[in-house]
Amino acid sequence: MPDLLIELFSEEIPARMQTRAAEDLRKLVTEGLVEAGLTYASAAAFSTPRRLTLTVEGLLAQSPTTVEERKGPRADAPEKAIEGFLRGAGLTRAELEERDTPKGRVLFARITKTGRPASQIVAEVLERVIRNFPWPKSMRWGEGALRWVRPLQSILCLLSDEAGAEVVPLTMEGISAGDTTAGHRFMAPDRFTVTGFDDYAAKLKRAFVVLEAAERADMIWHDATNQAFATGLEVVEDKGLLAEVAGLVEWPVVLMGRIGDDFLDLPPEVLQTSMKEHQKFFSVRNPKTGRIERFITVANRETADNGATILAGNEKVLAARLADAKFFWDNDLRMISAVGLEGMAKSLTQVTFHNKLGTQAERIARIEALAREIAPIVGAKPDLAAEAARIAKADLTSEMVYEFPELQGLMGRYYAEAAGHDDGVPQACEEHYAPLGPSDDVPTAPVSVAVALADKIDTLTGFWAIDEKPTGSKDPFALRRAALGVIRIVFNSSARLTLFSLFLEPVRRNLYEQAKHYKFAVLIKDENNKAIWVSPWTEQSDGKRDEITGEAPRVIWPYTELSTKFDRGEYAYAAGAFFNQKDGKEVETLPPSSKIVSDLLAFFHDRLKTYLRDQGIRHEVIDACIAMPGNDDLTLLVKRARALSDVLATEDGENLIQGFKRANNILRQAQEADGVEYSYGADVKFAETDAERALFAALDAAEAEIQPAMKAEDFTTAMAAMATLRAPIDAFFEAVQVNADNPTIRRNRLNLLSRITQICLSVADLTKIDG
Amino acid sequence: MPDDVQAPKSFQEIILRLQTYWAGKGCAVLQPYDMEVGAGTFHPATTLRSLGTQPWAAAYVQPSRRPTDGRYGENPNRLQHYYQYQVLIKPSPPDLQELYLGSLEAIGVDMALHDIRFVEDDWESPTLGAWGLGWEVWCDGMEVSQFTYFQQVGGHDCHPVSGELTYGLERLAMYILGVDHVMDMPFNDPQTPIALSYGDIFKQTEEEYARWNFDTADTSVLLRHFDEAEAHCREILDAPHRDPKTGKRIVMVHPAYDQCIKASHLFNLLDARGVISVTERQAYIGRVRTLAKHCADAFVQTRAGGWQPESAA
Repeated sequence: MPDLLIELFSEEIPARMQTRAAEDLRKLVTEGLVEAGLTYASAAAFSTPRRLTLTVEGLLAQSPTTVEERKGPRADAPEKAIEGFLRGAGLTRAELEERDTPKGRVLFARITKTGRPASQIVAEVLERVIRNFPWPKSMRWGEGALRWVRPLQSILCLLSDEAGAEVVPLTMEGISAGDTTAGHRFMAPDRFTVTGFDDYAAKLKRAFVVLEAAERADMIWHDATNQAFATGLEVVEDKGLLAEVAGLVEWPVVLMGRIGDDFLDLPPEVLQTSMKEHQKFFSVRNPKTGRIERFITVANRETADNGATILAGNEKVLAARLADAKFFWDNDLRMISAVGLEGMAKSLTQVTFHNKLGTQAERIARIEALAREIAPIVGAKPDLAAEAARIAKADLTSEMVYEFPELQGLMGRYYAEAAGHDDGVPQACEEHYAPLGPSDDVPTAPVSVAVALADKIDTLTGFWAIDEKPTGSKDPFALRRAALGVIRIVFNSSARLTLFSLFLEPVRRNLYEQAKHYKFAVLIKDENNKAIWVSPWTEQSDGKRDEITGEAPRVIWPYTELSTKFDRGEYAYAAGAFFNQKDGKEVETLPPSSKIVSDLLAFFHDRLKTYLRDQGIRHEVIDACIAMPGNDDLTLLVKRARALSDVLATEDGENLIQGFKRANNILRQAQEADGVEYSYGADVKFAETDAERALFAALDAAEAEIQPAMKAEDFTTAMAAMATLRAPIDAFFEAVQVNADNPTIRRNRLNLLSRITQICLSVADLTKIDG
Repeated sequence: MPDDVQAPKSFQEIILRLQTYWAGKGCAVLQPYDMEVGAGTFHPATTLRSLGTQPWAAAYVQPSRRPTDGRYGENPNRLQHYYQYQVLIKPSPPDLQELYLGSLEAIGVDMALHDIRFVEDDWESPTLGAWGLGWEVWCDGMEVSQFTYFQQVGGHDCHPVSGELTYGLERLAMYILGVDHVMDMPFNDPQTPIALSYGDIFKQTEEEYARWNFDTADTSVLLRHFDEAEAHCREILDAPHRDPKTGKRIVMVHPAYDQCIKASHLFNLLDARGVISVTERQAYIGRVRTLAKHCADAFVQTRAGGWQPESAA
């Protein structure tokens, strides 16, 4: 059985695409072969910067011949029908066979598909794969129409067996498949002939090409750690960088270089980022001090001077890079010592956050107000939280963050420390963006928590106020991540937040911001529901209250005054509508802020469901708890959900749901039929059976336990008490006919059912649970 | 270093060698475009000539201006005025990488001692509505050139595809000459009686322009000129193709494109003056791109852009 060797040789393939491309080549070619009837024993694919290689072993020499029998029309069928059948089968009338069947004489066709040689099939499959290859980005070159990741230069396609090797005949866009390839671009550029995979791999190695990416990565890591170890240092591990560098070289040569003394005092993260992002260097650390002292670079060749020229060049480039970084660092520190971080943050008045939500400076003012409000709840000093909020984004204007955006936050911490901030403020500068990913640590220090929450809540309420919510897979402002961040921070802290009231004020502020953008007025209603217009587009604040007259709104107050004039929380609520400044015509009607907040809360509940589902709590259990009061307190909500989830996992709990549903159904049907609500007045004196009386007693006992437990938020006790009702409820339904003939007895029993449902519903909305 | 290649002695020698090399490879050696541009790509010999079906091979030095990069001549590597060497060949030849490596050898890079790498870098010019795929070329970790296969220019797909090479001349020359500060680099042969360094020629102008770019350029004038250039570009393109005086069909692409280049440079100046906000930035870039697209549309309506009289409607 022959083996197949394919090499697609091109100009340099981006490192990040190589592994995937090799895998795609293996998958697409082998699937194509199998589909055409060519099975194989094994296959493997490899990649280097200049080649994708596939080896397939134990391929069938030709596809098997197949015979298909097809049943046609009756022999006496109309001529047209028979002609159609012949066309479909590709046969003549004489080649058909007639057979007697229960339906009379019927025509049968035997269609033989002759097997085809592997080389023919391979050529077809490979051409199709090349033309439709799923590169993330592909290009054309020269005058051709073929697309490849970079210009494709040659194709090696060889079938080999004991008898020898045979080139698969294939020509695409002027490239004919052959049996040659080239070695390393500089160290062994000549083309050479190969006879099969083993010969290919061996010759490549002699031509300074290591075919396997994993082998190159191992070589790099091994040499790098050895060289670092020899000088008492260690390489900072970076798997992503290792994979990338292994995709940049065919013949890795590891070189360790020095970092100029001038730069050793830069923050290690700055050194590391600059070296990695710009130069793809590994950082080498002194394990005793934690300082980055050397770098590792990986060259693609050996040289007569053992890499001395290459290393000197790399050191020089790095020095220029770090001179830039040091220049930024020194400039930033100079600015901070002159004007402080708050001075540094000043230019954020020039930076637009979002055109409907104002500048970064306005956003920071909102975050500050919010952080101050949240601080006491999470155990932080309001002044410290406000201070941190004011400076947390100052580093966005620093030269260092302009150059290395990924250092935002971290530089904020360094700069806050340099500016003499203390008491958790620098830490908050770094941590207020956290958590970024689902596995990221959440901040726990009180000041950090206050600012991190304020930051996310401002983002969420802002985009909700301007109706820019995530849809489907689109979430350009990462709002899902922000909501999950809030959820995780809340769960991780002991603080209790009631989100509804916490969201209301920021929503109003953000609506106000939007009104400013549109130069429209915002409708505010006072305590008597009297409408007042506020026009935020200019901030001269000598305006007076003006009742709505249908004319152009005239009251002009900056938001800060607005909130004192309209004692927040008690009455003023913004929105309703935006009115055009000129003619007072309504241009956009918005839901009132309370509606926006409810909507945002529902989004949180959705995120929470996803989050808790991963912890094994079912959607419907959470729904049953969301339906209860206090659902904007996530801690309370989850406590209730966990207790409910636990009790539902018990046999009593599960059966109680059945009992509850039965009671609820009978009750509802009776209420519908009678047009009466049975909600009150069940009396044990009308009880006729022991089961009934026992249920009365059980309900009294449960209620006595549930009520205080609920008040104390001891849901476990409340749920357990509820579960004790299972046996008496089951016994009741066993022994008693609810719809008794005696109307008094019937009414009493229905009222009893009502008591069951009321007690259960006081714990959670069990109607949401599928039983 | 191969025996037959002597080390170059000066900045200008490196330029001369590149000129000679690419002339020898069949390129028309052009002169710089006589307008302020941000990069060699803006030269009509690249932007416009990469459009349409006509073959093209050109090489030239292009003085380029990036007002925001000015450092008063103090930064060893950054300049607001610098030189790019640009090569454009259409269709891209199959051995373009080898041709390029040959040019490095010609200017004194010994392939046996240095580490040359092609590192992924997709090129995009939002102002020109252009993009391509290619690499930045690294020599011992330093980016010395940009290598791009143009896929689209001015919103038009490139058929055939042009190969573009851009050398950052100062950086490359500093590396080859072993100079650490650009101002110390010998411009002509240091052994000549009147030896001139890069600083002798450009230190003062870097200071002057840095001050003007950052602090004194009159932004209201710049803003007005931007609007005027934009309007003028459109007017030129809107003129009927038939010239009433000569009766000839004359599509005035290049004069219109000059206005597009002007607008682009004015935008760069305004940017350096810090008067363009983040949100406005996108809008300005979009306005220049629209002009570039109109020019590209017009160019393919000319003979140089592949238009044939009989194919005209």
